[in-house]
Amino acid sequence: MGAQRMTVTLFIPCFVDALFPRAGISMVQILERLGHKVAFPEAITCCGQPPFNSGYWDEARTVAAKVLPQLANAEAVVIGSGSCGAMLKVFYPQLFENTPQATLAKQISARTWEFSDFLVSKLGVTDLGAKFPHKVTFHDGCHGLRELGLKKSPRALLGKVSGLELVEMGEAETCCGFGGTFATKFPMISTAMGEVKCASATETSAEYIVSNDSSCLMHIQGLLSRQGSPLKTIHLAEVLNQQ
Amino acid sequence: MSFVSQFKAQAQVMAGDLRHRKIIRTALRNYEIVRDVRKASFQDWQGARQLAAETKWQAVNHLDKHLEQFAAKLESRGTKVHWASTAEQAREIVLKIVSDKQAKSVIKSKAMTSEEIHLNDALEHAGLNVVESDLGELIVQLRKEAPYHIVFPSMHLTRDEISELFQRELGSAATNDPEELTMIARRALRKKYLTADIGITGANFAIAETGMISITENEGNARLTAALPKTMISLIGIEKVLPRMEDLALFLPMLATMGTGQQLTCYNTLYSGPRQPGETDGPEEWHVVLLDNHRTELLADAEQRDALHCIRCGACLNVCPIFRNVGGHTYGTTYSGPIGSVITPHLRGLQDWKHLSSASSLCGACTETCPVKIDLHHHLLQNRRNAAEQKPSFGEKTAFKLFAFAANRPALWNFGKKMARIFQPLQGAVQGSALDPAKAWTKTRDLPPLAQESFKDWWRNRK
Repeated sequence: MGAQRMTVTLFIPCFVDALFPRAGISMVQILERLGHKVAFPEAITCCGQPPFNSGYWDEARTVAAKVLPQLANAEAVVIGSGSCGAMLKVFYPQLFENTPQATLAKQISARTWEFSDFLVSKLGVTDLGAKFPHKVTFHDGCHGLRELGLKKSPRALLGKVSGLELVEMGEAETCCGFGGTFATKFPMISTAMGEVKCASATETSAEYIVSNDSSCLMHIQGLLSRQGSPLKTIHLAEVLNQQ
Repeated sequence: MSFVSQFKAQAQVMAGDLRHRKIIRTALRNYEIVRDVRKASFQDWQGARQLAAETKWQAVNHLDKHLEQFAAKLESRGTKVHWASTAEQAREIVLKIVSDKQAKSVIKSKAMTSEEIHLNDALEHAGLNVVESDLGELIVQLRKEAPYHIVFPSMHLTRDEISELFQRELGSAATNDPEELTMIARRALRKKYLTADIGITGANFAIAETGMISITENEGNARLTAALPKTMISLIGIEKVLPRMEDLALFLPMLATMGTGQQLTCYNTLYSGPRQPGETDGPEEWHVVLLDNHRTELLADAEQRDALHCIRCGACLNVCPIFRNVGGHTYGTTYSGPIGSVITPHLRGLQDWKHLSSASSLCGACTETCPVKIDLHHHLLQNRRNAAEQKPSFGEKTAFKLFAFAANRPALWNFGKKMARIFQPLQGAVQGSALDPAKAWTKTRDLPPLAQESFKDWWRNRK
C-alpha cells in the first residue's frame, strides 16, 4: 500500500492558512518525505462551513461550488482538520443533493481524507520517524471523532513517536466548545465548555494538547493563554514532523 | 423578553455557576458509570440500537394503523379513549372528566405530557388539589418550578436543599439522609393516594397489539396512582406506540439502561383496562387521552420524523455539554437538551425557538448515545437551515453574502488577510473592550496572531 507514489491534493482550511500555517507546512513535508507529490490549488479559500453551519446553505453552496472544480481531478484530497474534512466528506453530498454537482460532490467525498486517517488507513504508515520527547494529551475534535469516526488513527501515529508519552484526559470525547460561529453567538456556553476541557487536560499534567483539528486548538489555546496556563497546544502534523 | 433573550440571560448566569456545574457533573458521572455497566451487559448494544430504531420506525411510519388498533383494543375492555389534537383540547377533556366526577383532588404520577400541556395549572385553576407522587416531581412541585430534567426532575438540588424544602413545606425534621427524606415524602403522599378522586398517569409505551400501556418506575407511586383512585386518566403522546408486546423485551431494558443505568426499573406494570367484572381492585373508570399537539406535523417532516422515535430516556441530555453547563431550566421548554432543541421548534414554532438549535456546537454526542438512533445533531443543523430559509436574519444573510463574495475572489480574500494582519495590533489595543470587533471571542479568550507568512505565502515562496 505505502509503496505507491501518489499526487496528494492538500486542502488547507482558511484559518490554517492565515493562523496556523505550520500545520500545513508540516503536512507537505511529511507527505513529500514519504515520496508523494503534493499539489495545492491556490484558488481555494474556504470550504463554506461557516454559512453552512449557520443555516445559510445558498451562500455555503456559492463558496463550495468554487471548490468542487478545483478538486475534480484530484487523486486524493487530504485535509488536516476533521471539521473541514467532514464538510467535504459528509456535508458536501448533502449540500449538493439534487443539484447538477451532486455526482461530483459524491466523487470528491469518496476521495477525501483527514490527514491522520490518510496516513494510517490509505498509506498504511504509522511510524514517521518523529521524535517529540514530551508528555502530551490528545483532543478529539468532534467532527473528526463522530462524523468521520477517527479515534484510532491519530493515536496509532502518536504511539510511534519517539520519546512521546500519551496520557488520555478525563471526558476525552467531550466537546471543547468551539463549534464555529457557536463560539461567538453563545460565548458564555462555549467558554464554560472550554473551561471544562482545559481543566481535564490540565489534570493530566501533560505539556501539550495535541489535536488533528486546529480549530479546537485555537479555542483551547485562547482560553489557556488568557488563564496564563503553561499548557501548550500543537497540531498532530507538527508533532509528526519533528525529526 | 423574547424567548431567545431569556435563554441568553439565563445561560449567562448558569454557564458561570460553578456550584451548579459541579453538582451536575458529579450526578452524571455516577450515571455514566452504571449506564456503561448496563450497556455492556447487552450482547450487542449497537445491534440493539438498530433493532430499536427499526421498531420505532415501523411504529411511527404506520402510526395510523397502530393507533387505531391500540384504541380499539382499549375500548373492547371498557376504556374510554379520547383524541386530543391540541394541548387545549387535552386540558378540556381532562377538566370535563374531573368535573363529571365532581372531583376535588388529583394524584399524579410522572408524565411529561402533562407538563407539556400545563395540566397542573389548569387543574389548580379549576379549584382542584393536585399532588405529584414521583419524589423528584413532588420536590419541584413544592418549589413551584418545572422539572429540571425529563427523568431526574430535581437533580439540580442537594439533599440539604431538599431537607430545607421539606421542613418548610411538609413540617418535617431536618435530615440529609436520602432514606429518611424519602420516608418523609412517602408519609405525606400515602394520605393523598387514599383521598384522591382521580389518578393521572402518563405512559412509557403504548402496545398496539394488546391495547395496554406500560409504565416503568422505581417508587411504586404510579401503581398506587393507577390503583387507588376510582378514576384513572392516562395522558399519552401518540408517538409512544410500539407495535407488539414482545417489543417490550427490548425497550424496557433499553429505557432503564439509558434512563437510569438500571437493568430494569423496580416496577414495570402493564395496564389493560378498568376493573373488570369479578376483579377486586383497579379503577372503576379508565380514560386514555391520546395527545397530538403538533406531533403529526413532525410526522409530516420526512427529514426529522425520527424525532418521534424518542422514548424520553434523557440520555441525550446527560451527555450534552450544553445541557451540562446551562442546566435544564435555561431552555424554558418542557423537553430540554438535544431532543428538546430538536422538537420544540416543531411543537411551539420555529422562529421563536430556533435559538435552541443554534445553541449547540454540533458535537454529536447526543446522536452517538441515542438508543433509538435519532439523528439529533443533524436535525439541529436542519432547523438552522429551515429557520434561515423561512426568515433570514438581515445581518447574518448580508454577512454571509459578503463572505461568499470574498471567498470566491482569491485576490480580494488575500487582500483581506493582509489588511487583517495590519489591523490586528490595533485590535490588541482595545481587546475585550466595547470597541473590540471580536469581543464576543476576546472577552474570555485570546485571539491567535495572524501568521506573518501564511501557508499560501510559504507555498508560493518555495516554488
